[in-house]
Amino acid sequence: MKKMTLHLRIWRQKDANSPGKLVSYTLNDVTPEMSFLEMLDVLNEHLIAKGEEPVEFDNDCREGICGMCSLVINGIPHGPEHATATCQLHMRHFKDGDTITIEPFRAKPFPVVKDLVVDRSAFDRILAAGGYISVNAGSAPDANTIPIPKEIADEAMDAAACIGCGACVAACPNASASLFVSAKISQLALLPQGQPERKRRALRMIEQMDKEGFGDCSNHAECEAVCPKEISIVHIARMRREYMRAMFC
Amino acid sequence: MKLDSKLPSGPLHEKWDRHKADLKLVNPANKRKHTIIVVGTGLAGASAGATLAELGYNVKSFCIQDSPRRAHSIAAQGGINAAKNYQNDGDSVWRLFYDTIKGGDYRSREANVYRLAQLSVNIIDQAVAQGVPFAREYGGLLANRSFGGAQVSRTFYARGQTGQQLLLGAYSSLLRQVDLGRVTLFPRREMLDLVVINGKARGIIVRNLVTGEIERHVADAVVLATGGYGNVYFLSTNAKNSNATAAWRCYKRGAAFANPCFTQIHPTCIPRAGHYQSKLTLMSESLRNDGRVWVPKKKGDKRHPNEIPEEERDYYLERRYPAFGNLVPRDVASRAAKAVCDEGRGVGEFGQAVYLDFADAIKRLGVDVIRDRYGNLFDMYERITGENPYEVPMRIYPAVHYTMGGLWVDYNLMSTIPGLFVLGEANFSDHGANRLGASALMQGLADGYFIIPYTIGDYIAGTELEAVSTDADAFKEAEDNVRKHIDKLLSIKGKKSVLEFHRQLGEIMWDYVGMSRNAEGLKHAIEEIRKLREEFWQNVYIPGDSRHLNKDLEFAGRVADFLELGELMAIDALHRNESCGGHFREEFQTPDGEALRDDKNFAYVAAWEYKGDGKEPELHKEPLEFEYVKPTTRSYK
Repeated sequence: MKKMTLHLRIWRQKDANSPGKLVSYTLNDVTPEMSFLEMLDVLNEHLIAKGEEPVEFDNDCREGICGMCSLVINGIPHGPEHATATCQLHMRHFKDGDTITIEPFRAKPFPVVKDLVVDRSAFDRILAAGGYISVNAGSAPDANTIPIPKEIADEAMDAAACIGCGACVAACPNASASLFVSAKISQLALLPQGQPERKRRALRMIEQMDKEGFGDCSNHAECEAVCPKEISIVHIARMRREYMRAMFC
Repeated sequence: MKLDSKLPSGPLHEKWDRHKADLKLVNPANKRKHTIIVVGTGLAGASAGATLAELGYNVKSFCIQDSPRRAHSIAAQGGINAAKNYQNDGDSVWRLFYDTIKGGDYRSREANVYRLAQLSVNIIDQAVAQGVPFAREYGGLLANRSFGGAQVSRTFYARGQTGQQLLLGAYSSLLRQVDLGRVTLFPRREMLDLVVINGKARGIIVRNLVTGEIERHVADAVVLATGGYGNVYFLSTNAKNSNATAAWRCYKRGAAFANPCFTQIHPTCIPRAGHYQSKLTLMSESLRNDGRVWVPKKKGDKRHPNEIPEEERDYYLERRYPAFGNLVPRDVASRAAKAVCDEGRGVGEFGQAVYLDFADAIKRLGVDVIRDRYGNLFDMYERITGENPYEVPMRIYPAVHYTMGGLWVDYNLMSTIPGLFVLGEANFSDHGANRLGASALMQGLADGYFIIPYTIGDYIAGTELEAVSTDADAFKEAEDNVRKHIDKLLSIKGKKSVLEFHRQLGEIMWDYVGMSRNAEGLKHAIEEIRKLREEFWQNVYIPGDSRHLNKDLEFAGRVADFLELGELMAIDALHRNESCGGHFREEFQTPDGEALRDDKNFAYVAAWEYKGDGKEPELHKEPLEFEYVKPTTRSYK
């Protein structure tokens, strides 16, 4: 099997209160079939064998759906492949001898926990500020009572596909969470079930987003470019309309 | 230990309603005086947490990931079954019940499965009301598709992300209760012990995975919804963090473990590509509708698949099962793939794969039709393997996917420890020896939204719950226990990594407790697991300390538990002298190689009781009685 040598520059940081720095490592036994995270597994096995501390990075499903993996790879959240989360990126997209810089998602509301792991609980707090439809178990009407045109359901699904990884924030020069927040506001504003709380939801979620310290959107569209689920900035436009509507209508 | 399943009397279709009428209630004003701990935030845990809080209980919700939304339910692709009969194609609660009982090879309780089928319709209503964007027809009504093991169209879906959408629905309901102040979230916490006081589950010990602090949490009841144990095999379709630790530590506190050997191996996954492989990815079963499965007739044929002529190919499923061909059920397809690879006819670098070939379908239907049907799956395959399945046959191989076994629960979903309830994949209850596709989501949500809210009230109303604080001796004992375990792991400072031990355990499990099993192999596995466990406790190396985020330390605890659970799985598989569902014992097969069930001797749930480290677990049997469905043999010839 073909082996590649890679030069890695990886952000190491002991904990939230310690300073961090880029540390260089060379890896000689990378194969093109490996996933990016498996390449880091191999690095960690080498580090452990030498008695050094492995690099911590968040990951779980390794199928591109849980949203737990992150990483800024050569300056791009989730790396160079379009519409691909880090866990589904494979080493065949890199060349023998490449230098790869790996950093955590960087944004003030995402403090570093350790090495490449960041705290994204701000996202949970934003969704807890109205990112839901108030319905208790047991009180729902029959599912086919409200017909929803297929086009509307499909558009709501496009927005609902968000995996909450936070790449949009990491890519934004303002560290704005607009793509993430708008995806939820948009999904629920499109559906008839979301109407009763529509205004309140938009106001509260946006207020919470600001409170968490995320920046404003200034239409760079970097978020859309890195989104592993190709969430469109059309939703940000809809979020703005929802906000105006809630303020003035 | 005495197993009392508490199955209600009366006709099958009235059992749940009658039972609900008999359950005691907790006054709304009193509910807020009770705290319930829910561990796990997948479909079962998130729906239970949200619903219990809606009723007025104080809920503490724990998960090991950074957010409740990451739970592995999120990865479920295909859909969720419900007996809505929106298609007018003859579906009914009875039919869903019957398909599920039969699909489970007659190793589950009739009353539980019937209740599951009844509740399935409410789940869809609840999810739609939450804003889950299920697929719809142009008329605006819900769409359905067909799934394995059924002759009706009853599967609701949201593209290939049904699990994600249902989980985000449950998670949003959970967050609503956070907003209302009734749920407190504890992310990045791992449950490491159960606290039992006066014979009742009264709390848990967790480790804060970021700071390493050991925390005590007290409650009136504990709900465990921590998923399955597929990762005992190291390579599986489970998420990396999925583990059995919480369930296993409850087992060691007195909760019986039922049918541990019942595991589901899914036939169509992308095969292993190297020693470093960390997990396996599922490819939807629907591909077998148009793909033809084959291997070369010759052993060790290394030619490119497109250079192997038709007459030198063995379409072994079509040959062995002419009636069902490539569409035989999961267990049958998986075993057949293993058989040809064991003969040395497997393909790919390691000889551990078979071809799934679309050339004929493309010739017959055109590439556009195939792209329309399977385009996203083909893209995913190419992203992972770098090969174009429109031109080269896919390589697939079976992989561990789901565990039907789990902690034993009665009809109220309560374990053998009073006050400890177990939901979703973590319990053993509804799928028997084999789970049908699109039924896992259904069970998790039925348990969380519609069963536990009733049954936990009955427990709380009918039980004397003494005032307990975290200063109680039992909390101290449990915390000391956890600390000692962690210190011991860190003090070994051996030479082998946790990953290496896990990989080795996985190989033993896969080779001897995998798709087909025999007595000799199982005995060998038990010996090998014991040896490996001994080596682990002498030679494992864990870097770092316990005061920081330390994934190796987390995994060490989980692998230590897998090294015990793996043995129990082998013991259970060895004792079950029959073949049923996912459990295939080579000694028990028909002359033409099909599973041979033994209803006379094995129509029971095997519930194992922990008797202490190094001691044989004790087997308890819960007989399964079939009043409404007559067990028959499954055949696909």
